[in-house]
Amino acid sequence: MARLEILKTYKIYIGGQFPRTESGRFYTPLDSKGNPLANVCLSSRKDFRNAVVAARKAFGSWSERAAFNRGQIIYRIAEMLEGRRAQFEEEIIKQGKSAKEAKQEVDLSIDRLVYYTGWCDKYQQVFSAVNPVASSHFNFSVLEPTGVVAVIAPQDSSLIGLVSTIIPIITGGNTVVVLASEKLPLCAITFAEVLNSSDVPAGIINILTGQESELLSHMGSHKDVNAILYASDHKENYFKLKKLASESVKRVYRTELNFMDESAENPFLITDFQEVKTTWHPIENIGGSSSNY
Amino acid sequence: MSKDSKKPLSTWNLNPAPESTEHIKLKEQYELFINGEWQKPTAGLYFDTVNPASQEKLANIAHANDADVDKAVKAAREAYTNVWSKMSGKERGKYLFRIARLIQEKAREFAVIETLDGGKPIRESRDIDIPLAANHFFYYAGWADKLEFAFPNKKVESIGVAAQIIPWNFPLLMAAWKIAPALAAGNTVVLKPAETTSLTALKLAEIIEESGLPAGVVNIITGFGDTGSALVNHPDVDKIAFTGSTNVGKMIQKSTAETDKRLTLELGGKSANIIFEDAAIDQAVEGIVNGIFFNQGHVCCAGSRLFVQEGVAAEVIQKLKDRIDTLVVGDPMDKNTDIGAINSQKQWESISKYLELGVNEGNEMYQGKCAIPEKGLYFPPTIFIDVAQSSRLVQEEIFGPVLTIQTFRTVDEVIQKANNTPYGLAAGVWTDKGSKIFNVTSKLRSGVVWANTYNKFDPTSPFGGYKESGFGREGGLHGLASYLK
Repeated sequence: MARLEILKTYKIYIGGQFPRTESGRFYTPLDSKGNPLANVCLSSRKDFRNAVVAARKAFGSWSERAAFNRGQIIYRIAEMLEGRRAQFEEEIIKQGKSAKEAKQEVDLSIDRLVYYTGWCDKYQQVFSAVNPVASSHFNFSVLEPTGVVAVIAPQDSSLIGLVSTIIPIITGGNTVVVLASEKLPLCAITFAEVLNSSDVPAGIINILTGQESELLSHMGSHKDVNAILYASDHKENYFKLKKLASESVKRVYRTELNFMDESAENPFLITDFQEVKTTWHPIENIGGSSSNY
Repeated sequence: MSKDSKKPLSTWNLNPAPESTEHIKLKEQYELFINGEWQKPTAGLYFDTVNPASQEKLANIAHANDADVDKAVKAAREAYTNVWSKMSGKERGKYLFRIARLIQEKAREFAVIETLDGGKPIRESRDIDIPLAANHFFYYAGWADKLEFAFPNKKVESIGVAAQIIPWNFPLLMAAWKIAPALAAGNTVVLKPAETTSLTALKLAEIIEESGLPAGVVNIITGFGDTGSALVNHPDVDKIAFTGSTNVGKMIQKSTAETDKRLTLELGGKSANIIFEDAAIDQAVEGIVNGIFFNQGHVCCAGSRLFVQEGVAAEVIQKLKDRIDTLVVGDPMDKNTDIGAINSQKQWESISKYLELGVNEGNEMYQGKCAIPEKGLYFPPTIFIDVAQSSRLVQEEIFGPVLTIQTFRTVDEVIQKANNTPYGLAAGVWTDKGSKIFNVTSKLRSGVVWANTYNKFDPTSPFGGYKESGFGREGGLHGLASYLK
């Protein structure tokens, strides 16, 4: 007798937990043949707000964590993803790609995690500066994370777009609330399961599924979001987002990089979500200036 | 010590030491500097620029309208396409070096005009504003042919025409902060100074003319908010750089939201100046005074919220009161003056409203004892003691010589209080303990942190805010990013 398969309930990921949307709503994305993929949470404004609370709460400890440790954790995500790659390939195929394409996408996603692992303790060295001011002060500029970043993930992929947009942001010590691809949401939730088993502290990455059209304006107007990454080609929505963002001087970026290409690996996706902090301190200048050391 | 020996120093009779105005050259009327020529405003409108200390008129200034803005942007576009974007970095740099030298040569004239037009003490315009402006050109001049070294592996490309709008608190310095990096990176510029302080920008235009900079590379147009708005909304502008209030910054961000114009904003602040018990108290008191009363408190990064650790609060506040009594408020042209004239009637009224609010809230207030000139716009150095975190005095940018004082017990408490504002421009920390400095400075959410000093600026040092204090940096290597693709 054939065994009945256990189907997964796709839930959202907030503060390290897997709740259903508080709204109790769902939507059913279809595969390329028109068959339902799953009943997926249709996240609400309240879910988004809860996710921002979780991300803000996690920000302090994540941003202060040693760069080395952030690297260890992101590398751990790569390890976990490698171990569960079959599941991701299966989901990508289910969502319309060939087996070869699915394999390539998972390969790239794992490698991208490794790429940013390496940046964790290097971007600071590359982009910081000691500034030779004319007065008797020691002056240096370092990068610090912007804060809570809302991301609208690329629509055209289920995994690589998600990984490529959120990982550079957390590499830089920010925390993230991401809205997964509306049509291809399955890998996002499975990726949350990977995160959950990868030593990624709760709240660093929060993943919602649902409609961009519904959540966009809430992302733009939420006062506790510091920056937004819009990784989609809908220019009208991007402009709308920017307009709302002006109310609290949010930084808004858009990317249309082809994430299936290695050229999308780039530290400027980290530095877009960094602030430059410059610190001054006097140098005591009494005697000694003309002596030989 | 007898009581008499504690008498404030201001009872000394300092002889007037006014700077001479004889050697400066001011025209009666200034036109718009467009395409290397002085062009009359299309509508034929002019406004007065007034000395805020004497209330005397200094000159007529042209009021640019939409048509003038269009002319200026067109000139900048043509200069960009035909000349500036084709010129080598080395040659661009040489023009900037030349401008830096010309400012140095005419530094005295610039300092006097800056003080006459804006009201800041001559000591500050002479020792800070003008030298820093010249140095800023000198610094960025050297970047023009080295841009590919600034950001590893990034293909550097200029943006195009930059529209730049600057405030009235550091008129020439802000013009330098805007123009120098823009030109070094290969962009052309339309700059609009604030309506109350156009003169040094127009004198800079004369220097630019003298330097032989190709026509249209820098255009300087004067006017009010309508001029700025026309400039920001001009469709052929590629980049906007604005320094000013957070409110106007938000309006600009909104009005450019539906375009692909690049934007950097340098906005308001409500910066915390934190005094720990183990600080060198006398130095800290000097730092508090410099933090809030520098340039009449018309400073976006002014240390306007003082936090004093409880154990030294009484001592610090007493010493601060004593020190405030020695501050000389008066003629900005006098070399003894510490606090000059408030820049405009409008600003004076705004500060006065906050004073009224502070008094009505029932806060303890203390003001410097220095006699204030009867004529002109002056405001005494003012402190409010034990103000609530929720007070508007603590929450809102006053942009005048008004300080609020709060006390704290623990490091965590003061970090929370200091960060509890939508702004994030600057902060000060005073302690003799190095590990405490690194702990606190790394947790303050602000773009500049001064430890055991305050209000220091340098061309090599990036300046700019977190949160609602804006985005983008000016100065240093990081300041180049705002003008490169």
